[in-house]
Amino acid sequence: MTPEASPSLPADTEIVFEAVGVTKVYDMGEVKVHALRGVDLRLYASEFLVLLGPSGSGKSTLLNILGGLDLPTDGRVSYRGRNLSGADDATRTEYRRLHVGFVFQFYNLIPSLTAKENVALVTEISRNPLSPADALRIVGLGDRINHFPAQLSGGEQQRVAIARAIAKRPDVLLCDEPTGALDITTGVVVLEAIDRINRELGTATAVITHNAAVAEIADRVIQISNGRIASERRNETKLPARELRW
Amino acid sequence: MAALNRKLLRDLWRIKGQAVAISLVIGVGVLMYIMYLSTFYSLQLTRSTYYERQRFAHVFASLKRAPLSLRNRIASIPGVSQAETRVVVDVTLDVEGLEEPATGRLVSIPEQRREILNDIVLSSGRYIEPKRPDEVIVSEGFALAHSLQPGDAVGAILNGRRRSLQIVGIGLSPEYIYTIRPGDLIPDDARFGIFWMERRALAAAFDMEGGFNDVALLLMPGALPEAVIEDLDELLRPYGGWGAIPRDLQLSHWSVENELKGLQGAGVAVPMVFLAVAAFLLHVVLQRIVAVQREQIATLKALGYPNRLIAMHYTYWALAISLGGTFAGTVGGALLGRGMLAMYNDFFRFPILTYSVEPDVVAGAVIIGIVAAIFGANSAVRQAVRLQPAEAMRPEPPAKYRVSLVERLGLGRLLSQPARIILRNIERQPLRSLIAVGGIACSMAILILGTFSIDSLDLMMDVQFRLAQRQDVQLTFVEAVSPAGIHSLESLPGVVAAEPTRSAPARLRSGKNVRQLAITGLPETAELYRVFDVNSMRQVLLPRDGMVVSTSLADVLDISPGDEVTVEVLVGRRPVREVMVTDVVGQYMGLAAYMEIDAVRRLLREGPTLSGGYLTVDSAYLPELFRSIKETPAIAGSGLKGAALEAFTETFAENIGIMIFFNVLFASIIAFGVVYNAARVSLAERSRELASLRVMGFTRKEISAILLGELGVLTLLALPLGMLLGYGLSALVVKAFETELYVIPFAASPPTYAWCALAILVASALSGLLVRKKLDHLDLLEVLKSKE
Repeated sequence: MTPEASPSLPADTEIVFEAVGVTKVYDMGEVKVHALRGVDLRLYASEFLVLLGPSGSGKSTLLNILGGLDLPTDGRVSYRGRNLSGADDATRTEYRRLHVGFVFQFYNLIPSLTAKENVALVTEISRNPLSPADALRIVGLGDRINHFPAQLSGGEQQRVAIARAIAKRPDVLLCDEPTGALDITTGVVVLEAIDRINRELGTATAVITHNAAVAEIADRVIQISNGRIASERRNETKLPARELRW
Repeated sequence: MAALNRKLLRDLWRIKGQAVAISLVIGVGVLMYIMYLSTFYSLQLTRSTYYERQRFAHVFASLKRAPLSLRNRIASIPGVSQAETRVVVDVTLDVEGLEEPATGRLVSIPEQRREILNDIVLSSGRYIEPKRPDEVIVSEGFALAHSLQPGDAVGAILNGRRRSLQIVGIGLSPEYIYTIRPGDLIPDDARFGIFWMERRALAAAFDMEGGFNDVALLLMPGALPEAVIEDLDELLRPYGGWGAIPRDLQLSHWSVENELKGLQGAGVAVPMVFLAVAAFLLHVVLQRIVAVQREQIATLKALGYPNRLIAMHYTYWALAISLGGTFAGTVGGALLGRGMLAMYNDFFRFPILTYSVEPDVVAGAVIIGIVAAIFGANSAVRQAVRLQPAEAMRPEPPAKYRVSLVERLGLGRLLSQPARIILRNIERQPLRSLIAVGGIACSMAILILGTFSIDSLDLMMDVQFRLAQRQDVQLTFVEAVSPAGIHSLESLPGVVAAEPTRSAPARLRSGKNVRQLAITGLPETAELYRVFDVNSMRQVLLPRDGMVVSTSLADVLDISPGDEVTVEVLVGRRPVREVMVTDVVGQYMGLAAYMEIDAVRRLLREGPTLSGGYLTVDSAYLPELFRSIKETPAIAGSGLKGAALEAFTETFAENIGIMIFFNVLFASIIAFGVVYNAARVSLAERSRELASLRVMGFTRKEISAILLGELGVLTLLALPLGMLLGYGLSALVVKAFETELYVIPFAASPPTYAWCALAILVASALSGLLVRKKLDHLDLLEVLKSKE
């Protein structure tokens, strides 16, 4: 199934990402692992996309390729018309630095830096960023800015990671299992923060998860299985994050 | 402050123990660099200022006697800017409080003070006054050794007459920075002193009125000493000239120069060992840090941090550790350098020794600190740069292990499980194990290098004073005497045996190579002063014809047995003869040439004369013997083995003690740094594994044994390697320090090796215990909860 086949998409909406025939093979010495087997995909401006799939389905690989962390073995990926699949490391670094906000399952905060300093890590190398304090306020951590990661709960750490991702005012927000390590209550708080950024700042957002419940808050849901897109649907009505249950 | 730099500071604080251990190693390297080189530059600067202010001569010559009228012709040699003619005589001194005779060198100075060559700097008292022939200025070393003050007097035998020399001043001269009696091993301030005396008074005592027997020349800038020497020798030949020498071969200058070269060489070579080890340590620690922080690095990359910033970040780690050490080392080096320079004051006499640490030297230290850091960080930085963020986000795969060599050899069933873990771990990272072994071996090598000199000196003294020189006293006559002279020696009080010697000052020439020395003539089977080959540890019998030379002389002249050398005798009828070299013998004491005593006599074309003798003496009669020597005008000088031994031991014992203290300290710092870091890195890498073992019921002791057992194995492997390395390093240093004057033997005894090994084991054990304390605080649950 290709994005073109989806009838309900507005034709004039700007395309942020376009992936055509993306394949990724990991060479593990004796075995070759096919993580992606020809994926076609588009992400539109201001869209909230959820990539759903079991672990090992290749969704993290796809996200890494979209974010310029990894290169496809075959196929083409472009960001606003610029080819990413052939870009060298410096170009991809520049791309991540200017356009992409990442949120990871295990937060990936620098343990030796406080919440504010972790966010400053990004604002220091960005053009026109939010202030670290503002970014932390957006995720509801205005009163925890001087805490070290070890002094924060999992949900709080993930919200610091989100603040760090959005502080640069990214064009896209890529979240890899942002609630994977969290219980439902804190997971909901985190998803609310992501949802709010998508709505209020209009940041195109792709969230990957194995949790089908999370899909309910998306505009569009793509199901990935065994390195391929298995299905795609649009949610006619999005649920607010706080109504999610899993 | 940028967030990344905050991270750096906090991360460094977390590994402060390791950081300090590495800083210490770098610090010691820098300390030695600063200490040696600042002392080098301070001495060099002091010396060149001293030389210039006191007009230290460029050419020196001595002769039998020439009329003063020759002075103008000498002064008009092209290239000569100032010529000084002097009377210089060695005499026997009778100093109050010193039983045995001492030697005084009387050097003439003008009646009215003017700017002469090799001019005196008065440290106290005044210049001599006219019409007071007994007034002298004495050299500072001698004055200090005997607590002499202006106003005191010293007895001296001048040409057979006892005179009382009135000290009016204490002084120093650039000619005698290193005041050593020719033929002595080391300076003995108590038994050799310089006395500056009014020219006419001195000349009168030695029938030198209207004449001179010593020349010093200052050359014009750009003049070649060789050309001047040729002209001077030509002028002095009819007057018994012994051949002029350039400044380079002047004993004091030459000795100072050699010491300076040694300092400079040591200042560059020794710190390199420390810095290489420090770079190794940085390498290991930073690799570990990059491994631990791979997810952080991946995150930074995901956030868009370019490789350049990440590379700089990890380079800063190394720089922070290195420059911390460099700073401490610079301060320490400056402090110890001052002490070292003061130590040189025992050997070298300067009017003022100003210690300064030149900015160049500090800059050099900073540069080597930076280079060590960059070398150490290099591979870790490249690893960080190469890291693929997508890959690094995933947890590190389990380390690859394989069955260890011991097990592959089929000895596996002899091993317990912990032993297997130890061996497999060592084998899993062969490079790191090798580096740890290399580092510990380096510390062992430094220790051996620092302590072998005790054994070497023991050997030297044993060979020199027990096997080769078996006499108690050596006497030299003013002029060569008839064979009856041996009987006068035998009849001196307490003499048990006497052996004659006839020495002949000569210039030995082979092709372009020339050296001037005294050929020693000895009986074929000498019993007292024996020609001893230190390589075969045997006495060498002198041939009826031909010459036996020391290895140093053979090297300098580029000759070997069977070659002929041209011998230009510098006394008497000055014959020139070709003499066959029959043997080359290993000797510690530099340039030497020996011939059978009758062969020397034939060379000189004279009868059975002797110029001195070697005596063994009944020690009960020593005071009486000394009194006789002091009263015998025909005896020009005497060498006392006991006194030489005493001076030797006194001078070296103190300094060697200090040196050994620092060497042990510094070597221990390396051993400690290497073992502590290896242990900390192992602990960090394997805390999870060790905690799991604890959960399974292993005791603290058992898991400590696994971690520290690995270090124990590495340390034990390092010991033999360290011995080899120390042997090689010491042999190299010995070779580097070899001069024409002396060859230090390399001899480290088994106890020395054992002590060095013990010191390394103790340093290793201490650092192991420090890490063990950490192991006791392992938080089992926390370790098991972490996701990796």
